[in-house]
Amino acid sequence: MSNQTLIRESRVSRTAAMALMFLLAIYFLLPIYFLIVAATKPQGDLASTNGLAFSHFDLFSNLGTLFGRSDGIFGRWALNSVIYAVLGAAVGTLISALCGYALAKFKFRGREFLFSVILGGVLVPTTALALPLFLLFSATGIVNTYLAVFLPSIVSPFGVYLARIFTAAAVPEEILESARLDGAGEFRTFFSVAIRLMAPSLVTIFLFQFVAIWNNFFLPMVMLQKESLFPITLGLYQWNGQTARAPLLQESVITGSLVSIVPVIIVFILLQRFWRTGLASGSLK
Amino acid sequence: MTDIATRANRVVAETGGRRRHYGGGPRAGTIVAFLTPFFLPFVLFYLVPVGYAIWQSFLVVRRTGGQYGTSYTTFGGFEQYAQVFQNTEFWSSIGRIGLFGIVQVPVMLLVALSMALLLDTPLLKIKPFFRITAFMPYAVPGVIAAIMWSYLYSPQVSPLVDVLKGIGLQPDFLGPGAVLWSAANVSTWLWTGYNMLIMYSALQSIPQELYEAAKLDGASNWAIAWKVKVPIIAPSIVLTTVFSIIGTLQLYAEPAVLRQISSNISSTYTPNMLAYAVASGNNYQQAAAISVVIAVITFVLSFGFMRLTSKKAGL
Repeated sequence: MSNQTLIRESRVSRTAAMALMFLLAIYFLLPIYFLIVAATKPQGDLASTNGLAFSHFDLFSNLGTLFGRSDGIFGRWALNSVIYAVLGAAVGTLISALCGYALAKFKFRGREFLFSVILGGVLVPTTALALPLFLLFSATGIVNTYLAVFLPSIVSPFGVYLARIFTAAAVPEEILESARLDGAGEFRTFFSVAIRLMAPSLVTIFLFQFVAIWNNFFLPMVMLQKESLFPITLGLYQWNGQTARAPLLQESVITGSLVSIVPVIIVFILLQRFWRTGLASGSLK
Repeated sequence: MTDIATRANRVVAETGGRRRHYGGGPRAGTIVAFLTPFFLPFVLFYLVPVGYAIWQSFLVVRRTGGQYGTSYTTFGGFEQYAQVFQNTEFWSSIGRIGLFGIVQVPVMLLVALSMALLLDTPLLKIKPFFRITAFMPYAVPGVIAAIMWSYLYSPQVSPLVDVLKGIGLQPDFLGPGAVLWSAANVSTWLWTGYNMLIMYSALQSIPQELYEAAKLDGASNWAIAWKVKVPIIAPSIVLTTVFSIIGTLQLYAEPAVLRQISSNISSTYTPNMLAYAVASGNNYQQAAAISVVIAVITFVLSFGFMRLTSKKAGL
């Protein structure tokens, strides 16, 4: 092959690769772009104007309608989602870190057995857990409370798995030894030495668990009847089911969907560095 | 940081022989204290419900004295399971999900793998842009994604339908033949970028010298991609496949949302929807049996796939 054909070929594949990636980027962006456009339109323009072009800019009045609907229930749902996801992920990350750290750094009998039980937990479909949990919780009276969604959310077997891998890689034995020699107890060593070295990976675990709880829908649907306890996903699902009878809800479902995803997307773009290293470590065997 | 490290080294050097004493590790009580905060909720909210579902699935509700008699719960052996396997709705939900998975999972993973391989070549510019746009859907809840797409499917609102009609097509995204694939598209949209990033991260950790060696041997870019890169990241591909299998068998939110605008999705469309519908009818024992069967199928497929691929790869 001559040099010139080589260059021409690489130019062709360069163009083809860029074209393919742009097509895929359009595919990934399209629904979000549509949502942004639709959220700025008055209800009447949704069906009558081109879905991909802006018409009247009514975003702020749409937001007003959204947050004013049914005594501000949407704001409540947003707050609930934040409570479930932030608190749940924070507690979940801490207990995963403690457990993963112990599994990585302490040698004791049954360690590998416990770890394989946790790995088995990764494979248990969480939707299969929701129904029996509902029965157990209704027997104890926790159903239809914050706790019914919060408590199961703090358990993340995948988080422990990641914490163990991260700890093994990021926390050198020597540092722990020196802390112990200085007379620090195991908890002191963990909280003042190990946790600092684990910090980037803890952010990753937090992020993944935050998203899992924020996106969860089946568990709250099974557990909650009281609207005031709903997270955003369940609330919007319920509104979406009512649009056939109350078409004016459509605009609020659209605006609400946008409100629910924009903060998470921004957080993800800002914290890229963390989840990228997280995914890299998660994929190691 | 370096301070601690140098001090640690000095300490290790100084103490030498005494080190073994500390190698014994902490006392049992301390270990338990580290493990309990996770294991207590893990047992309560993972293991106990699994056990409870299994227990429930072996019970039946019977009545004394005909239709209006008092009901009581008793051990029924495999009766619930026999009912599950005789339930035609169960089999059609499994068939649907099977068809969905056989098409959607390979398509999604192949697109994800191609994107990851392309991002790993020097062919592309603005890589961070492509990475972020692909991963963005991961931040979107399944319910919201399905709502977004359902507007793009709906004939009244959708700009897509307008465009397709403009070129002479009559798309019916919510019709009986198409709605399964419309749901599959939502899953593909949600998870392609996530899977792509897992594979891409694995590609990034391959040492560059390996490619140089292959290039010196005269391997083309294609050959390097398929014969060097793909086999090395096989564990990541297996991982994404297993996650996808689990996800497919759990399918609930996307079809449940599409059901709100399409009469072609029944309340028992997927195994999980069936379990929920049965539980809503107060037949918890039957719902438990369905949940157990779904979990067992998930385990068998996930483990089966891992075993199969690890044998093939000679691991």
